[in-house]
Amino acid sequence: MAINWFKYSAPSTFYGLAGKLIPFFAWPAVLLFAIGLYIGFFVAPTDAVQSEAYRIIFIHVPASILSMFIYLIMAGYAALGLIFNTRLSSMMAQALAPTGALFAFISLWTGALWGKPMWGAWWVWDARLTSELILLFLYLGFIALQASIEDPRRADKAAALLAIVGSVNVPIIYFSVKWWNTLHQGATIKMSGTSMHVAMQQAMFIVLVACWLYVIAVALARVRSIILERERNTQWVNELKEVQS
Amino acid sequence: MNRLSLFGLLGLVVRRDLLLAMRRRADVLTTLIFFVMVVSLFPLGVGPEPEMLRKMASGVVWVAALLASMLSLPRMFSADHADGTLEQMMLAPQSLSVLVLGKILAHWMLSGLPLALIAPVLGLQFDMSAQALWILVLALLLGTPVLSMIGAVGAALTLGLRGGGVLVSLLVLPLCIPVLIFGAGAVEAVNGGMSAVSNLALLGAFTLFALVFTPFVAAQALRISME
Amino acid sequence: MQQAPLLEVKDLACERGDHRLFSGLSFTLAPGELMQVQGANGSGKTTLLRTLCGFVQPVQGSVHWSGQDIGEWDDDFHAEMCYLGHLNAIKDELSALENLQMSAGLAGYTLSDQQAVSALRRMGLQRREHLPVRVLSQGQRRRVALSRLLVGDAHLWILDEPLTALDVGAVGLMQELIGEHLSKGGMTIFTTHQPLQVAGVQTRQLMLS
Repeated sequence: MAINWFKYSAPSTFYGLAGKLIPFFAWPAVLLFAIGLYIGFFVAPTDAVQSEAYRIIFIHVPASILSMFIYLIMAGYAALGLIFNTRLSSMMAQALAPTGALFAFISLWTGALWGKPMWGAWWVWDARLTSELILLFLYLGFIALQASIEDPRRADKAAALLAIVGSVNVPIIYFSVKWWNTLHQGATIKMSGTSMHVAMQQAMFIVLVACWLYVIAVALARVRSIILERERNTQWVNELKEVQS
Repeated sequence: MNRLSLFGLLGLVVRRDLLLAMRRRADVLTTLIFFVMVVSLFPLGVGPEPEMLRKMASGVVWVAALLASMLSLPRMFSADHADGTLEQMMLAPQSLSVLVLGKILAHWMLSGLPLALIAPVLGLQFDMSAQALWILVLALLLGTPVLSMIGAVGAALTLGLRGGGVLVSLLVLPLCIPVLIFGAGAVEAVNGGMSAVSNLALLGAFTLFALVFTPFVAAQALRISME
Repeated sequence: MQQAPLLEVKDLACERGDHRLFSGLSFTLAPGELMQVQGANGSGKTTLLRTLCGFVQPVQGSVHWSGQDIGEWDDDFHAEMCYLGHLNAIKDELSALENLQMSAGLAGYTLSDQQAVSALRRMGLQRREHLPVRVLSQGQRRRVALSRLLVGDAHLWILDEPLTALDVGAVGLMQELIGEHLSKGGMTIFTTHQPLQVAGVQTRQLMLS
C-alpha cells in the first residue's frame, strides 16, 4: 500500500500539524538552553589562556554552525519547491531565511564581542568571520528578492534559483576567503582545542541541540503565518477558529 | 528558406546587441566614465603616497570594475523585456540558453572588455609597474566575463521589478567575491615577487565553470520572470 | 475536407495572482481553421494566448500540438508557430529592414535583403525600409511587426490584437493575409475588438467569461 507522503504537503493539513508540533520543539529548546548555558557559565572551568571571555563560544559556535546548515536546508527546500512545484517546501524555505540570517548575525556579533578582549579589535578579517559576513549578505539577498516580487509563485521560484546558485557558490567563496586569508597572514581563531574540557564540549553540544529545536519551532510558527497570508482567500482559512474570532 | 545554425544564432544575437549599443553609445560610455571616476576618487580619499597607492591599485581597480559592471546589468534584459523582443527570443526554436549566452557575450564586450582595455591608463595613476599592469589587464580579461555571467542570472531574476537596479547588485555582489579575491590577488602576487599563474588559472577556471552553468540558469530565471 | 486537429486544449485553467481567470476550457483547432477569442477586458484572453505559447504554465489541464504536450515539444514547437503580442518587439534604433531581419534570425532563419524588402512593401512600407523605426507612426510600426508573418513558414499564428493602430487598408490586407495562410493549411487564433472577416472562412468563436 502506498503511503500518501503528499498528504502533509498540502498547506491546509500542514497548518494544523505544525500547530500541534510547535510545543514539542519549543519547550525542549527552552529547557536545553537553560541546561546548556548553566553548564557553560557555571560548570565549565575557566580557560587558562582566554580566561572568562571564552565562554561566548557557547553561543558563537552553535550560531555559526546553524547559520551555515540553515542555508543548505533552505536551499534544499527551495529546490524541492522549484522542481516538484510543492508550495509548502517553498514556504518552508521562506520561513527559514530570517532565522538563518539571525544566526549569521548573532555569530558575527558574538565574534566581535569575543574578538575585542582576544585581539583588541572588534573586527578582524578572519577567514571564518569574513565568510560568515558574506553568508549574511546571501541571506539578505534571498530575503530581499523574495520580498520585492509580489506574485508569490514567481517569488518562490526566483528565490529558489538564487538559493541554489548561492549554495553552489558557498564552498567556492569559503575557500577563496580562506586562501585570501592565508596569503595575507591574517588572524585565525584558534581554540585551545586539544585540551577542551568535557564540560565545555557538553555545554556547546547541548546549546547546539537547543538552537536546532528553536529553529524548528520558529520555522513552523512562521510557516503557519505564511500559509495564512497566502491562503487568506480560501475557504478553509476562513473557517478556522482563530480567524473567525 | 535558410535555417540558422546554433553558432549563427549566437553570432546574430551578439551582432544585434553590439549594433544597438553602437546606435546608443551613451550607455557604454557612461559605464566607462563611471569606472574611471571611481578609480580616480580613491587617491583623493586616501592621499597621494605612491607606496600606498601602488599597494591598493589592483584592489581599487577591481572593486571599481565590479561596481561599473553592476551599473550596466539592469539594462541587460530590460529593454528587450519592455518592447516584447524577449518574448520572441523565448519562442526561438533554438535553446534560450544560446540566446542568453549571446547577450552575455555582448554585455561583456560592452562593459568588461572596455574596462580591461582602459585599466592600464588608470594603473599608471597608481604608479603600477609595467609587469603589474600586464597582469592586471590579463586578470580583468579572464575575470570580468564571470561578472557578466553571474550578473545575467541576477538581471534575469530581477527583471521588471521596482528597484531592480539596486536589488541586482545586492544579489550579485556577494557571489562575485571569489573573482575579486583572485583578480586582485594576481597583481599582488606579482608585486610580492611571486608568480600570478595560480591566480590566473583559478580565474580561468571560474570563467569556464560559469560558462557551463550560468547561461542555462539565467535562461531558467528568464522563464520564471516572464510567467 | 476536415483534417485532424493539430492544436488541442484540454480542461485548461489559468490564474493570475490569486484570481482564477478561466477553467475547464477545451477546444481544438484543425488546419484551415480560424478562431477568435472573445471576452471582456481581464477575462484572460492574453493569458490564454500566452499559455498556448508556453510562457505561462497552466494551473490545470494541458495544451497539445500534434498529439504531444507543448511542454515536451521542446523548442521544435516554436518553429511551427508565430506569436504576435501586444508589444511589437521592434527596436526604435533599427530600421524596418534590420528589424525584420533580426526577428527572422531570432525565429531561426536568415532573410535576404530582397525577401525582407518585398515583405515590407507588401505591408505598405515602400520607401520606409531604411528609416529608423523611431520615426514611423504607430500603425506603421505595427505593420513592421506584422510583416514577420509574411516571411515565416509557421503553421500556427497566434495574434493578440493584431489590428491595433491599423488603418482600414491595413485591416483589409490582414484579412487577405490570414485568408492566404488558411488556404495553405495554416491555422490562426486571435483576439480583436474590431470586426475581422476572412472571405470564405467561417470564424469560430471562443467566449471567455
